[in-house]
Amino acid sequence: MSRPKSLLDKVWETHAVRDLANGQTQLFIDTHLVHEVTSPQAFAMLKDLGLNVLMPERTFATVDHIVPTHTRAEPFEDPMAQEMITALRRNVAEHAVPFFDVGSGNQGIVHMVGPELGITQPGTTIVCGDSHTSTHGAFGAIAFGIGTREVRDVLATQTLALSKPKLRRIEVNGRLGPGVYAKDVVLHIIRTLGVKGGVGYAYEYAGDVFDSMSMEERMTVCNMSVEGGARFGYVNPDATTVAYLEGRRYAPTAAEWDAAVQSWLSFGSDTGCEYDDVVIIRAEDVPPTVTWGLNPGQSVAIDEPIPSPQDVSEGERPAVEEALAHMGLEGGRPMTGTRIDVAFLGSCTNARLSDFVEVARFLEGRRVHPGVKAIAVPGSERVKAECEQRGIDRVLQTAGFEWRAAGCSMCLAMNPDKLVGDQLCASSSNRNFKGRQGSPTGRTVLMSPVMVAAAAVTGVVSDAREVFGVRREVMA
Amino acid sequence: MRAFDPVKTVSGTAVALPGDDIDTDRIIPARFLKAVTFDELGGQLFFDERFDESGRTKGHPLDEPARANASVLVAGVNFGCGSSREHAPRALARAGFRAVVAGSFAEIFFGNATGVGLPCLSLEHDDLRELTAAVLADPALEVNVDVEALRVSAGGRSYAARMPESARSVLVAGTYDPLSELLQGLDQTLLVAARLGHGARE
Repeated sequence: MSRPKSLLDKVWETHAVRDLANGQTQLFIDTHLVHEVTSPQAFAMLKDLGLNVLMPERTFATVDHIVPTHTRAEPFEDPMAQEMITALRRNVAEHAVPFFDVGSGNQGIVHMVGPELGITQPGTTIVCGDSHTSTHGAFGAIAFGIGTREVRDVLATQTLALSKPKLRRIEVNGRLGPGVYAKDVVLHIIRTLGVKGGVGYAYEYAGDVFDSMSMEERMTVCNMSVEGGARFGYVNPDATTVAYLEGRRYAPTAAEWDAAVQSWLSFGSDTGCEYDDVVIIRAEDVPPTVTWGLNPGQSVAIDEPIPSPQDVSEGERPAVEEALAHMGLEGGRPMTGTRIDVAFLGSCTNARLSDFVEVARFLEGRRVHPGVKAIAVPGSERVKAECEQRGIDRVLQTAGFEWRAAGCSMCLAMNPDKLVGDQLCASSSNRNFKGRQGSPTGRTVLMSPVMVAAAAVTGVVSDAREVFGVRREVMA
Repeated sequence: MRAFDPVKTVSGTAVALPGDDIDTDRIIPARFLKAVTFDELGGQLFFDERFDESGRTKGHPLDEPARANASVLVAGVNFGCGSSREHAPRALARAGFRAVVAGSFAEIFFGNATGVGLPCLSLEHDDLRELTAAVLADPALEVNVDVEALRVSAGGRSYAARMPESARSVLVAGTYDPLSELLQGLDQTLLVAARLGHGARE
């Protein structure tokens, strides 16, 4: 038998076109996802060079970052947003790229559309001009964000120049406690390994917790791989992956199905394959986690005091001081009780059906705290429709959430959904960078969707287990 | 294909921005990505760090008159983390920066910067601290970045720098845009595509 290989090894070997002069690999890209923000310049470069899109049928486009979520009426109020959607429509028409436009029933955040349509498949390489392309790793794909010049390269050649990263296996074993979600798992991993801990690595997520996660939960974790510095992270494909893909629009048809499944599963890492590093985390140690600072690694357990400048090393002190000053927080106290102005349920991290189902379960019969602006933004038109079929939109609206149309919304505020002044937002998104949610002085606290719901109804950052009466398991 | 000038050395005054984990949202806030070209980016670099909400300057190092022509940016660890926006290195280049010296770089930023001919060199912790202090103290300090030899020199001191050879070699050769080489691999690309089962739907 040949040497045991990891999924990364297998995908790399099957997709390597040739070695380049500088030692990098020319890597074949199976799927190129395109959106309106990072593609117009790439299409323009292509035109300048007299080149065409090599494989339009391996390229898929949608519009997500700039679309308003309160109205779909065009022209958009922002003329630049209108210009961007117009440019995308022109480019995809000119190059015959499949496009999921607003109102098609399939539009949404690009990292939701790929999986929903079965475009995202195990053992493939997937790129997009967006760092959260790591989301697709949930399917056992090698999926990562690229810059605009690289978007041009993939459009023109369906390949990229790339160096193979090292591989770190992150095992989370045991059972998560009640009220602890996939979002908490990834925030805990980033806190443990640091926001730059993954630089130079790909992450393989494994162990009991990942084995029992749904595909939507796996996507939440893989989505934030990049926040831990890893350009991509993946979960080995299994029966859960296969079951998710069956019957989706771009999934293999009946005649090809069995062979496809066999091929997909063959990409999984072999027992005994080599890792450059292995990290093991106990599921019981993962608490409901919230950020207190200006990057996703600055987080604490919901009932744990946030750091004081005097508690940290001299090297860390300036960052802690800057974060506390910007956030208006005092070191040494827990985040619970911090007043919020806005509650945001949305983003490619947490705007899937299961997120809204879980939140609605707790919001039934409850009301958003007076003075809190609460918005729920489904990640895709499909999620929006599914929620509406199940009456979830009604539960959220009755509780006082605004129910919006699909898009990136307040995750990065390239549309009318923005924080104002120094508003503090309890957010299910992925980045708490300074200014990220549209106001330079705005403040973001990252947390799971259920924790966002708990903050929305109490008006302060809260432990959802207490607000919603989830029994805490007695720790062994 | 266009040829590019080799990037072998960069010399000039510098701006130092101490602090780790400077993300690309800080380098170029998302609202400035609402554009279909890269033309306006230079003036928007670090905008929210430089100006308050009424547009008044906050006295940011980038706006010190004595550093107006700086060509080297000195930063901390994990510079350029976060979003994949290529607008970040392009904004630096359009603002006149020709090299970035830092503790380390986030991967996507590093690749994007290399691809637009902006060299990113990493220094050891103590060397970076010394260089940062020297730059902060003297706006006229000339910093020399030798990409070929991987050395950064200033004020009579010289530091060994790091950069992956895959990036160093293409910068000094002027071949940092890989497109022509990728296009030369077309026949092999189509073979790999066929082996992976693509093309059936065409």
